[in-house]
Parts: sequence; structure tokens; C-alpha cells
Amino acid sequence: MTSTTLDRPFLRETGASERGKKNARLRASRVALHTFLILVCLIWLAPLLWTVFASLRTYEDTSANGYFSFPKELTLSNFGKAWSTADLPNYFLNTLAITIPALIITLLFSSLVAFGVTRFSFRFNLVLLMVFTAGNLLPQQVIITPLYRLYRLIPVPEWLNYKETLLDTQLGLVLIHIAFQTGFCTFVLSNYMRTIPQELTEAARVDGAGVFRQYWQVILPLCRPALGALATLEFTWIYNDFFWAIVLIQTGDKMPITSALSNLRGQFFTDYNLLAAGSLLVAIPCLVVFFALQRQFVGGLTLGSTKG
Amino acid sequence: MTVLQNVPRTDPTPAPRRGRRRATALSGTDRIVLMLMVGIPTVLHLALVWVPTLSSIVLSFSSWDGIGDLSTIKFVGVQNYIDIFTAYPRFWPAVQHNLIWLAFLLVLPTSFGLLLAVLLDRQLKGTRIYQSILYLPVVLALAMVGFIWQLMYEPNLGLVNNVLGIAQSSPVDWLGDSDINIYAVLVAAGWKHTGYVMLLYLAGLKSFDPSLKEAAALDGANGWQTFWKVTFPVLKPINVIVLVITVIEGLRAFDIVYAINRGRNGLELVSVLITDNIIGESSRIGWGSALAVILLVISLGFIITYLVQVFRREDRT
Repeated sequence: MTSTTLDRPFLRETGASERGKKNARLRASRVALHTFLILVCLIWLAPLLWTVFASLRTYEDTSANGYFSFPKELTLSNFGKAWSTADLPNYFLNTLAITIPALIITLLFSSLVAFGVTRFSFRFNLVLLMVFTAGNLLPQQVIITPLYRLYRLIPVPEWLNYKETLLDTQLGLVLIHIAFQTGFCTFVLSNYMRTIPQELTEAARVDGAGVFRQYWQVILPLCRPALGALATLEFTWIYNDFFWAIVLIQTGDKMPITSALSNLRGQFFTDYNLLAAGSLLVAIPCLVVFFALQRQFVGGLTLGSTKG
Repeated sequence: MTVLQNVPRTDPTPAPRRGRRRATALSGTDRIVLMLMVGIPTVLHLALVWVPTLSSIVLSFSSWDGIGDLSTIKFVGVQNYIDIFTAYPRFWPAVQHNLIWLAFLLVLPTSFGLLLAVLLDRQLKGTRIYQSILYLPVVLALAMVGFIWQLMYEPNLGLVNNVLGIAQSSPVDWLGDSDINIYAVLVAAGWKHTGYVMLLYLAGLKSFDPSLKEAAALDGANGWQTFWKVTFPVLKPINVIVLVITVIEGLRAFDIVYAINRGRNGLELVSVLITDNIIGESSRIGWGSALAVILLVISLGFIITYLVQVFRREDRT
């Protein structure tokens, strides 16, 4: 009761006789609203629940009774099988080797640029910021054809890649992630740093701190909330990348997990239960972000669209 | 604070010069450090994002097989574009699919996301749980969304046909039938996009001044009128951002169709044609670049809209 009246404070102003009628109508609309939302949420969860359901059943059970049946037994064995037969640990390690450096350097680079453009006025501040922001909005396919050629021309030492080109190396993947994602992060961080009073860095300067110390010891610690949000978001995005890896990595064993899944399908994940289990295993880091870091993720997404 | 502000006034040096020096006066080391701090990331970004973009434009007027060195590049004018427009059977279907993609995303997930945001932006019991469930697909990779929905659409075993009761009698091959598979994929893409749009609108609504709504209610406006005449106009900046993000997502769309069937048989998109040209057997650099430039030209209008919207707001504050 209190919640409904609190919800729309202006209703309290209406006459006492009307209030009863209005409350009854409100309650009816609330029930309708909740019914609608619950229905939508069930539809929204259906694909995932269906995947979980399929992954927990045995091949014998589903081939005899179909998937749309009451399960005879539920088992976790599909997960173990998917994990070992498709060599998932190798691909998870690849993802880790790509995501972690890309994430750290992206945040470092974008905070450096954001610091530069918000704390000091060069002539090209706005242009620079626009270049970064626009670069992040380009469809990846616009740059891929020349980038692919460029990567084939750039030599790397043999221990990194026996073909001695940047193409087909995880380093190349890390570099394009950094270059591409720096755009978005610079934009978000510069918005954030602008809210930090100039007096702070000025005071540090008066005390004799150089530019780098002003950045590292004054501004960066204050950006921790924004950095946390961006780290969560960027982790998800780099982890979820499919396109860069499909084009720039040619050796199947070097692929990160999300793009490897499309190769593994049909080759190792032969039945649907196994494919469902494999897909869920790959989705686990994303689901951890969802359950544990929801606030940071949503914060990161909306930081870019609304200010502050 | 006050002490600090008073100091310059007692200082004999002229105030305006001081103000200017404050912004630019940097010691030599500081200047070099700052240049490195901003320069290194900028060089990397320019080299890997903007140089390829500009090369795309130049190479699109050329013919190059990519095997010989740069001197084997022949410039052929707009021949690549003419060939693409007139003699490439996969091009127009791909453009048509991209347009369907854009229209669908702009109409259904966007308006549904807005509706959900408006419904959930109040002190409703369980609103957090509803929000969480609806945004769950946003954390998943689009490729993963493709895999998950393949399980849903499987003709005999999938949930969709089983719920419709046609799995055994006359199953619909949602992803295999080239007349309908684009819409089936769009439902899956919309599953993810709706949550994203909802989050953006929820953030916009949170910063909305509730007294505006109360004023409208006191003036006798009903909920519908309040929304269209008061809330929606105030949300204009968010609308622009949602529009641009949706269009860019629509033009970038690749992962989901590539994960499902490598973008063939009714699921061709411009992005797939570009990728096929690179990792396919006959790689033609000029050709792929021309396709990329077509994509660039379409997206540029929206990118500029976004920049204008975002940086105009910046000036105001």
C-alpha cells in the first residue's frame, strides 16, 4: 500500500472519495504490469534455460525421448567431456593471454590521453578527442582489408610466429584491440576527468610534481570507479570478440575461445547436449561478470551515453 | 581555497598573462613527458585504425591481388564500384539484408526497450530483478547468441518448434529456409539489443527531473500525454545515442550470422562479403576496399551525428 502511494506522490493531492477508486485501479494495473513483466522475463530466460536443460541431459535419454520431454536423469558429465575432448583449457589460456594485456594497456593508454586533453589545453584537444571517439564507432570491416595486408607486411621474430609476420599472432590481436578500444575508453575517461577540479593538479604542480606524477598519483586514483566500470565492460567486449580473431588468426590452436567455438562445433561437439555444455562453459566468464560485476558493467555502458 | 584565490590579486604581475601561462607553462621535461603520454597511444590508434581507413579509400580505386609488392597496384578509377553495383550478384541481396536489419533493430528492439525502461523506471517491487533478467543477454557474445539460438531453432529438437507443436508433424527450418532465416536471426539479435537499449533509456530516465512529470500531472495530463509531451522530448539526447548505436550495430552485424552459417543462404550481409574477400580464396584488395568504403560512407553520417550530439553537450557544461 505505502509503496503505491509513495510511488506517485501527486496522487495524495486528489480528493479522499476518489482515492479509493484510484487505488483499486492502481492495484489492478500493478497486477497487469507484473504479469506482463514476468511473462517477458520468462521468454527472455527461455533460450538460456533451454541450453542449460539440454546440457544436463544424456545423449541416450534425448535420442530416445527427444529434448522436449521430462528428463530421466540429469548429469554434469557433458561439461567434463566438452572440457577435455575439445581441449578447452588451451583456448581459455589463449583468451587470457590476449585479454589481460589488451585490457591493461587500453586503460593505461586511454587514461593517458584523457589526462592530456582534459588537464592541458593544446590546440588540437577537441580534434584529438573526436578522432578517438569516431575511430571507435567505425565498423571493423571498414579497416580490416588494409589492416590484414599491413599485418602481413610487418615482420616479427621467428620465436613469435614461424611465418615471421604479425598476421596470425596473438600480439597482433592484442594491438588491434588496444588501438580500437582506446577510442571508447578515452572518450569516457575524459568525460570523467573533466569533473575533477583543476585545482588538484595545480596544487600538485605547485608542490613540484611533474606531469607524470600528477597523472599517476593525483588523477588516476580518483578515476578508480570509472576505471573499474570500464575494465569490466572492456573485459567482456574483448572476451566476446569474434571478428578480429576470425580474420587475423589463421592457426586454429592460437584462437581465443569465443572464435574457437565455431571451429570446435561439428569437430568435437558432435551432439547437441555437448554443444550446449560447451557453449555454456564458454559463456561462464560473461555470466560471472553478470552476477558479480553487474553494477560496474551497467555503469560502464551508460557512462558513455550520459555524462558523469 | 579563498586564500589561494586572493593571492594573484595582491600579486603585481598582470592577471591575464598569468592566466595564459598557467595553462601552457610547462618545463622542458614535462613537455616531453606529456608529448609521449599523449603521443604513443595516438600514434597506435592512428596507425591501426585511421591509416587503414584512409588506405581503404585509396585502394578502392585500384586493382591489386595483394601478393605482389606495392608497385603492382594498378589504379582503375571507379571500376570496382561499377562492378560491385552491376555485376556482383551477392551485393544487392546483402544490402537488402542490411536494410532489413537496420529497420528491424530500429523499430522493434528499440521501442520495446524504451517501453520496458519506462515500465521499470519506478519504485516497482522486483524492478531490479526484472532489469537484471532483461539485460542478461547483453553480456553474451553475439557469436554465443548465435549458438544458443541455434539450439532454440533446431527443427526437430529445438524449443521453438516444440512449443508451437510442429516439431514432429511439419517442422519449420527457421535457420535453413532462406526466406525466413534473416528474421529468425533478427529475433536473436533483438534479444540482445533490447536489453542494451533498455539500459541506455533507464540511465536517461534516472537523470530526468521528476518535478516535470508532477507538473504535467497537476495540469491534468494523463500518463500517455505526459510521456509523449514531457518525458520523450527531454530524452532527445538519449534518443540520438540509441539511434546511432543501433545503426552502427546494424552495420557491424557479422558475428551472429557468421557463427550460424558463415553468412550464406539468405544471411548475406555487406560485412560478410568483405570478410569473405579477405579469408576466401580469391582475395582482391581493391574490391574488398570498395565494399568497405560503401560501408564507411553509410556509417559516416551517423558517426558525425553522434559527434555533434555528444560534443555539443560538452560545450554546454
